[in-house]
Amino acid sequence: MSQKSFVWLCLLPLVLVTAAFFLLPMARLVVAGAEGPHGLAGYLATLTEGRYRATLINTVLLAAATTVVTLIVATIAGMFLQRHRFPGRAVLIAMLTFPLAFPGVVVGFMIILLAGRQGLIGDLSNRIFGEKLVFAYSIYGLFLGYLYFSIPRVILTIMAAVQKLDVGLEEAARSLGASPWAVQRDVVLPALAPAFVASGAIAFATAMGAFGTAFTLATNIDVLPMLIYTEFTLAANFATSAALSVGLGLITWLILALARTFSGSAVAAAG
Amino acid sequence: MNTAGHGAAVRIEACGKTFADGTRALDPATLDIARGETLVLLGPSGCGKTTMLRIIAGLELPDAGGKVLFDGKDMTSVPIERRNVGMVFQSYALFPNMTVADNIAYGLKIRGVAGGERAARVAELVALTNITGLENRRIDQLSGGQRQRVALARAVAIRPGILLLDEPLTALDAALRDRLRGELNRLLRALGITTIYVTHDQAEAMELGDRIVVMRKGAIAQIGTPREVYFAPKDRFVAEFIGAANIVEAPIDNGVLILPGGRLPIEGGATAANATVMIRPETIRVTDAGAGLLSGVVDSVSFIGDRQRLVVSGASSKPLNVDAPNTILAKVGDRIGLSIAPDALRLLPSEP
Repeated sequence: MSQKSFVWLCLLPLVLVTAAFFLLPMARLVVAGAEGPHGLAGYLATLTEGRYRATLINTVLLAAATTVVTLIVATIAGMFLQRHRFPGRAVLIAMLTFPLAFPGVVVGFMIILLAGRQGLIGDLSNRIFGEKLVFAYSIYGLFLGYLYFSIPRVILTIMAAVQKLDVGLEEAARSLGASPWAVQRDVVLPALAPAFVASGAIAFATAMGAFGTAFTLATNIDVLPMLIYTEFTLAANFATSAALSVGLGLITWLILALARTFSGSAVAAAG
Repeated sequence: MNTAGHGAAVRIEACGKTFADGTRALDPATLDIARGETLVLLGPSGCGKTTMLRIIAGLELPDAGGKVLFDGKDMTSVPIERRNVGMVFQSYALFPNMTVADNIAYGLKIRGVAGGERAARVAELVALTNITGLENRRIDQLSGGQRQRVALARAVAIRPGILLLDEPLTALDAALRDRLRGELNRLLRALGITTIYVTHDQAEAMELGDRIVVMRKGAIAQIGTPREVYFAPKDRFVAEFIGAANIVEAPIDNGVLILPGGRLPIEGGATAANATVMIRPETIRVTDAGAGLLSGVVDSVSFIGDRQRLVVSGASSKPLNVDAPNTILAKVGDRIGLSIAPDALRLLPSEP
């Protein structure tokens, strides 16, 4: 047997699994999206019909906001945790990364405990202002849940990247007269750019597609995974939910691809 | 170019450094560096030379009581970004997200120097450091030697009062290191900046330094010109660290060193039961057997090219290293004579 055919033989299981569990269902999904009463136009409807489009925009905005806020919070925290040694540091890191162990349902549950009708925040605001502040069952609750979900993942990535930073770079910039702000702007943040893209992509994709948290909070939150669920199970609208699924996948993939190309030059420059 | 003579005089006063975990990196040391001088801090790793450099740079704070003065002005609590020092790191620490030209111009940009003037200054430095044509390259497209030059250009672009170099040639291969050493020497002389240069390589220290500070275990072992530390080392450590040295322990009787292989007159040798004497390999002359002051047997011959290194046993209690001219034909097992001028023997303080 030649070397080449041996390699192909080794790849055969991968090809089979890919075909059976990846390509075929995907193809079926794409076909199902065009099998509605409007045919292929069903895809177009996901963009043109007001309700669908609003949900789409909502979801992208939510995911983008989650990504940006997560990156800001996690970068500051990750940098601090990596650069300082203090008593209780290990415990703090363990606590911060603990949410990794929770499924979306539990995160949703915790958001309800925090900001739900019987929640902590409602209780407090009731005592202070005489009014119950409840936002767990809205897109704000979802935003908080996704933050809780994404921050640990991003912190760990940033900490690893900060550890690999050459301290000499910062010292060199300082020796050339750069203020602490200028050092961050010109040296540290550009060096961390690849880590931002990698961990930001995960945060974004998670926030686009996560379902458990949304489902726990409320069934009427306007995000794509919820819409797909209701179209599919409640309205039995097979074609639309398939079209929306394909759309969700495409948009997430497209934005991640854009982020990668956009940062591609920065990543390459960071050598 | 108009960079000559803008150096500052440096004085460090009782600067010691104890790290948070209690390790003593540097014993309190006092040192004066003249304006425009090139001072080399030389020593094995862990001797405190880098710590001293970082204290002068402002990257480390000396222990309480220590002071750093530039031109008589107390800079101890001034952070590095306001000390106007140029620094070259062992890793070069070039900014990977900037081109060569942007790296060199960075300090000027931070100082708010206008674009046109910046470009002119970059062009000047690019020419000075021989990297013309690389201005728009990314850092990862440069060789080690080119990176070293960019790092140097970036450090001197800001017209620093003091140039600090932390093992700038260590990361390069031997041939390139030798070439760049010569280049660096000419450049430092041309710039006339006060330069403090850290290295563990004694050849670098000899070629570049106006004065050398030999350091050991956090303390200064000796300060002197390259000639002084080479010919008149203060102790055994300096003698062995700088160049090659035979250290001979033997009794002295009335100005004569008594060795197993013969007797050597020694300059200034008072009678002592056990003296420590340094003999440089190149000061030993090979003669015919019986003609020299000492006699011994050749143990090994290493032909290096410009000279050969013989190891001769029997002359002293330990085998002697001898640098002989490359024309002498000596074979292993040959009995040869050795002579040494009385003033080439250097008496060292005995160590416990």
